Amino acid sequence: MTNSSGFRLVGKITTLITLMIMTPVVSADRVLNLTRGITDTSQSVYELHMLILWICVAIAIVVFGTMIVSIVLHRRSRGAEPANFSHSTKAELIWTIIPVIILIAMTVPAAKTLVVMEDTRDSEMTIKITGYQWKWNYEYLGTDIKFFSTLARASNIARQVGTGADPFSVDNYLLDVDKPLVVPVDTKVRLLVTSNDVIHSWWVPSFSVKKDAIPGFINEVWFKANETGIYRGQCAELCGRDHGFMPVVVEVLSRNEYAGWVAAQSGDAPADTPAVAETADEGPATAAEISGEDLYNVNCGACHQINGQGLPPAFPSLIDNAVVSGPASQHIDIVANGRPGTAMIGFASQLGDEELAAIITYERNAWGLDSGDTVQPSDIAAAR
Amino acid sequence: MGSETMEATVDQHRIKDHDRHDTPSGIKRWLFSTNHKDIGTMYLVFSLLMFLVGGSMAMVIRAELFQPGMQLIDPAFFNQMTTMHALVMVFGAVMPAFVGLANWMIPMMIGAPDMALPRMNNWSFWLLPVAFSLLIATFFMPGGAPAAGWTMYPPLILQTGDALPFLVFAVHILGASSIMGAINIIVTIMNMRAPKMTLLKMPLFVWTWFITAFLLLAAMPVFAGAVTMLLFDQFFGAHFFNAAGGGDPVMFQHIFWFFGHPEVYIMILPAFGIISEIIPTFARKPLFGYNSMVYATASIAFLSFIVWAHHMFTVGMPLAGQLFFMFSTMLIAVPTGVKVFNWVSTMWRGSMTFETPMLFALAFVFLFTIGGFSGLMLAITPADFQYHDTYFVVAHFHYVLVPGSIFGIMAGVYYWLPKWTGHMVDEKFSKMHFWLSAIFVNITFFPQHFLGLAGMPRRIPDYSTQFADFNMMSSIGAFGFGLSQLLFAYIVYRTVKGGAKASSRVWDSPKGLEWTVPSPPPHHTFETAPDVK
Repeated sequence: MTNSSGFRLVGKITTLITLMIMTPVVSADRVLNLTRGITDTSQSVYELHMLILWICVAIAIVVFGTMIVSIVLHRRSRGAEPANFSHSTKAELIWTIIPVIILIAMTVPAAKTLVVMEDTRDSEMTIKITGYQWKWNYEYLGTDIKFFSTLARASNIARQVGTGADPFSVDNYLLDVDKPLVVPVDTKVRLLVTSNDVIHSWWVPSFSVKKDAIPGFINEVWFKANETGIYRGQCAELCGRDHGFMPVVVEVLSRNEYAGWVAAQSGDAPADTPAVAETADEGPATAAEISGEDLYNVNCGACHQINGQGLPPAFPSLIDNAVVSGPASQHIDIVANGRPGTAMIGFASQLGDEELAAIITYERNAWGLDSGDTVQPSDIAAAR
Repeated sequence: MGSETMEATVDQHRIKDHDRHDTPSGIKRWLFSTNHKDIGTMYLVFSLLMFLVGGSMAMVIRAELFQPGMQLIDPAFFNQMTTMHALVMVFGAVMPAFVGLANWMIPMMIGAPDMALPRMNNWSFWLLPVAFSLLIATFFMPGGAPAAGWTMYPPLILQTGDALPFLVFAVHILGASSIMGAINIIVTIMNMRAPKMTLLKMPLFVWTWFITAFLLLAAMPVFAGAVTMLLFDQFFGAHFFNAAGGGDPVMFQHIFWFFGHPEVYIMILPAFGIISEIIPTFARKPLFGYNSMVYATASIAFLSFIVWAHHMFTVGMPLAGQLFFMFSTMLIAVPTGVKVFNWVSTMWRGSMTFETPMLFALAFVFLFTIGGFSGLMLAITPADFQYHDTYFVVAHFHYVLVPGSIFGIMAGVYYWLPKWTGHMVDEKFSKMHFWLSAIFVNITFFPQHFLGLAGMPRRIPDYSTQFADFNMMSSIGAFGFGLSQLLFAYIVYRTVKGGAKASSRVWDSPKGLEWTVPSPPPHHTFETAPDVK
């Protein structure tokens, strides 16, 4: 009945595949299971995960075990004679009632954890998180601290199509940002999550926090980190072309270090503040070094593309564009203040006069446009 | 005539006479067909074609994900691929395959001469190529094909270029096709059963399709409504889903999943039916718990309408809502468990042989159950916050759809192909196809559980280097699985062209009216109702 040559071929292919798979697998630092995380809720979630997993494994052993015994023993080639039973109310009742009991038992700890996760009362600080295509904005409510967090430069260069750059040579490839969210340890932090354009989802596995950022709505969620360190996550809801390139990085500092960080933030424009610790990116240090091209690629390139051709119709091309080829004042207005009703946000609050001037000058002269226009920081200041 | 064998009921002279004036040859035979067998064939061929088209898109996706870094395609095109892969597979491959099987088998299983509404049957098939022409043409439009996922969440979907109205109209047409198909199946089953074929004597495939057809009737109009609202938001200044205009983007998700969850059962219930036909045949033992199988299917169908929000636990629902949807979702495990236990009990103390349909059916029970387990895990709301929108979900729904629905379809095709063509399927090739598929499907999707737990989000074209190994494994599996399906297409072609002659019973001791007519069956069967015991 079985065809031995067919089996032999299958066997060969299986061996080959196994070899191919095992070679890279043994070498790398793989993660097989959910993270335990560093918050009390992430611990409870991990325990729920393991509980339901073991319940499934137990049921699987019973069901698959019975099936395998049946396949091995009750086969015609072993001369098995078919029985003729076709129903048993008792059996049906047993395998209806027992699963119901298991499930009810399972919902109790799940509901308890859920109640705790939903309780955002008594938080010590609140951070408003706004999703943008494709970056995060963090606003520490009650303070002046407010900044954008975008994919780190090294990752951003390496991830362009066809660069041939080796992702393995980039530290924390795609999981690093220019400026991480900074929070103190042992502090209940309440997050208000919303979005400026499409739906995003803010996710840090180590906190067991995943909340959708929805335009026009504000979602509440909280975490309390028990350990200092750097924790990484990503946007979890498809939000367009660069959905895969808007990581979340949170740095948990001791309370003292956090106080120092807050002090260092005060008074300066966000772009000029030194970014924190290892996740920092070596951005332009002084205004003199500001390159319009670099700034454009980081701030504008995701939508209008590095080559200026955009992704019409959502994100227009800048090459054949009435605004770019028209008077500079209108161009400055749109870049600084945005265009309501579209994905174009105003950059006046994110970038300084020098930076905006550099970007606009670059846009008016790149990609063969060569208008010869030079926009001065004073033009921007006048337009603000 | 009632006391004679069923084969004797087929009057060869009348068939020939009938063929001459009723069945045009060439292209007209297919274009104007009102014959359930021809229309079933067209559905199945169309489905196989779409399976290969959707599969090629999956190959593009897995090629880009073979290693970290962007090597082949732009991220925007990647999103078009994931979106179109899902739409083509769901609406082009899986659903039409089931309708094709229903067309072929339901009349033959209930002893009816044809479907109740044959002209509508023709129309519901021919709408499909129209809808998919609209959909696939969007690749060549400014802005490209839809790229917001098959779930089409606004506001992102409203950033689609010229493709949006084409997507909406394609969905409308597909919906019309499905609704007509569903009505046809319901009317056929209610009115065309042979005398004495009472409801609880119907084969389970008929039962599961009967229930599925009601799900289609209830769910597809909701989907059509949701996409129409998108159309109004985009072109007529409505603000259904725009918070700035008083709308609510989350409302779309509620409406979509009110359709979407029954939809996933639409894609699995008929497979339950197929498996329930095959296992008793090859275990040589009656199906265990026939009645409870019917009730379980009906329970699953009912529950499928009250669990939708488990797809959206992270949108910020009230606590009570989250608890309700967690409980109701877990409840589905009960009737689903009953089905699995009944299948296993059918095998128990049987006399099993392992022909290709049985191999696919056994793999279905194993692997669909694994998909069921991960579904149970996903139901636990706090844990779902970690699993949601990761590769764990991708692994889950591919386990229920590929070794679930698609293995179910393939099991059915291998089971009934000798009946349709009159030729036995080549055992060596078909078993090779089974083993290749079963091995590669696990290499493809099992590692995705680990990727999801380790934190890899779904729908991303590039990933951090820690995910590299399992992605490469998954891609190798996917290429192997994809290539193996070419073998399937070849086997089907070969069997249609020739092969060992099949008897009318084909297998050892199959039960059901379809095995009383010759293989291949004449163009018209059961013009006189058969005698049902």
